[in-house]
Amino acid sequence: MADATETRKTPRAKAFDLRRQPGFAAAAWACIIFLYAPIVVLIVFSFNDNRSVVRWTEFSLRWYTEAFANEGIQKATWMSLKVAFVATALATTFATMAALATTRVARFRGQGIVFAIINQPLMIPEIVTAVATLSFFSLIKQATGWQGVGFLMLAHTVFCIPFAFLPIRARLQDMTITLEQAAADLYATPWAAFRRVTLPLMAPGILAGATLAFVVSLDDVIITLMIAGPGETTLPIYILGQIRRGITPEINAVSTLLLGLSLLLVSLTFLLGRKRSRA
Amino acid sequence: MIEISTLTKVFGSGQEAMTALDNVSVTIAENEFFTLLGPSGCGKTTLLRMIAGFELPDTGEIRLDGQPVTHLPPHHRPINTVFQNYALFPHMNVAQNVGFGLEMLGRDRKEIDATVARTLELVRLDHLAGRRIDQLSGGQQQRVALARALAPAPKVLLLDEPLSALDFKLRKEMQSELKRLQLETGITFVFVTHDQEEALTMSDRIAVMSAGKILQIGRPMDIYDRPAARFVADFIGDINFIEGTVTDGGTVATGSGDLAVTAPLPASGTTVTLAIRPEHVMPGAEGPNSLAGTLAERVYFGSGTVLEVDLGATRISCRTGDAPFAEGAPLSVTLPPERLQVLQD
Repeated sequence: MADATETRKTPRAKAFDLRRQPGFAAAAWACIIFLYAPIVVLIVFSFNDNRSVVRWTEFSLRWYTEAFANEGIQKATWMSLKVAFVATALATTFATMAALATTRVARFRGQGIVFAIINQPLMIPEIVTAVATLSFFSLIKQATGWQGVGFLMLAHTVFCIPFAFLPIRARLQDMTITLEQAAADLYATPWAAFRRVTLPLMAPGILAGATLAFVVSLDDVIITLMIAGPGETTLPIYILGQIRRGITPEINAVSTLLLGLSLLLVSLTFLLGRKRSRA
Repeated sequence: MIEISTLTKVFGSGQEAMTALDNVSVTIAENEFFTLLGPSGCGKTTLLRMIAGFELPDTGEIRLDGQPVTHLPPHHRPINTVFQNYALFPHMNVAQNVGFGLEMLGRDRKEIDATVARTLELVRLDHLAGRRIDQLSGGQQQRVALARALAPAPKVLLLDEPLSALDFKLRKEMQSELKRLQLETGITFVFVTHDQEEALTMSDRIAVMSAGKILQIGRPMDIYDRPAARFVADFIGDINFIEGTVTDGGTVATGSGDLAVTAPLPASGTTVTLAIRPEHVMPGAEGPNSLAGTLAERVYFGSGTVLEVDLGATRISCRTGDAPFAEGAPLSVTLPPERLQVLQD
């Protein structure tokens, strides 16, 4: 019996095409529409010459001009970029070190646990991390009297590390260790082998990790909401505050710009990565 | 000169312990083409990696020209390696790959450029200096790997199965190429392979390894004609084994009859294994050591024919040029006494 079903199945499995299954196209279109239709609407209405976000009147860049002139938006953008840059730089550095330490050493006991610890922020609900970080920082602030945007940057660095770590580690795992051995064999000191062989070859991974960290930091709401002190309003927090008073086309414009920045970064990373891997 | 003395290496511990090298000693001379030959897992690659510095022995010592190098890191050893999969740097072009070692040694630009050009000429790749690595064929990559390892003029060149990824014709070509390079550069080559033919054609001397031990060291013809152990005889080329017991009369009694041998025999009553290459077995009864049998099988292989002759107690293969014999017909074979090897393990 088992044999009979086996033989009947084989020719069918060969001709199996997922795209021809009933409902596949409908499901795919539903996903695409639900994902992208709201974004398209947002972008379209950011160019609407009207205060309404549901009724189209005429094309205009008016809301972009207003957004650029808005001091609150300016300050929030600057704050977002500052935090994202610092968090990205630190997180990428730590992630690179962690990726090297988990791929470029002999297997050690507890390697799986180390991996889990590094990726932990991805598993823990963000609200839990946020509350925990808030109370932990309060303790420090009380004990030391330290204040400032450094706390926010530190919090962002922490949750950015796993996002930067994963692509870097993936890249390193694809690179055979023989290349570094070949460098050592050709009289390269460990540092020279790293600088001349490991680093250039893992650069696309680092770039991808950094971009991901940057976008994640730029986008964060929950942790930032808890940690940010007065005057440390980032762009998402500013948008959130404005939306409480109703959606305005100005917010649409800002959101569109934020989306554009993310897309630009991701495409840039993709293109550079492709060029690198071919070189 | 490389002096390797009593190297031992055990991987893992407890029940999973695997002895990769078991008390290995060998001396490799200046300008020698020395081959480590054995099946996979015999420890040949471990020994090579130890000479390169990628692996540390548990006990024992490696000396290079009298200087101990056992614990020197790879970048302090005047030894270069041609890796099995070449390990060329994909982000550098051909010339940059070849010049890497010299650059790391701190040579000036002019000298590097000159040496790179000369080395690329040596491996006949001077027209590809500016190429990217992924634009090269397998054979060309192989040559770049060779040039890269030769450029810094090391005292010893290690080659880890460098020809295994090439197709048959290219492999033949590279074999003579390697031999030529070794003669032209005068560098000591230590070559690792599991291909006995490769070992026989290129080497000055061969060390046959099995299970972490060196079983025999010698010139290719010594290894082929006078194998010291059954494993060596079996691993290199084709061979017939005939079990027997030493008689009082100085012959060996086998299931198919008594055989005379010229090689020295152990004491009477000892069990021994006689070994003879198929090309040394003569079809037909000609003089002493003739055994009667029937032709069981004939296999034609182009440049000759292999006859499988059934001797009753055993079967023997005989390689000959033309074979006007019919399968199933009676056929005697002669085992010349001077061609019979006596093995005792």
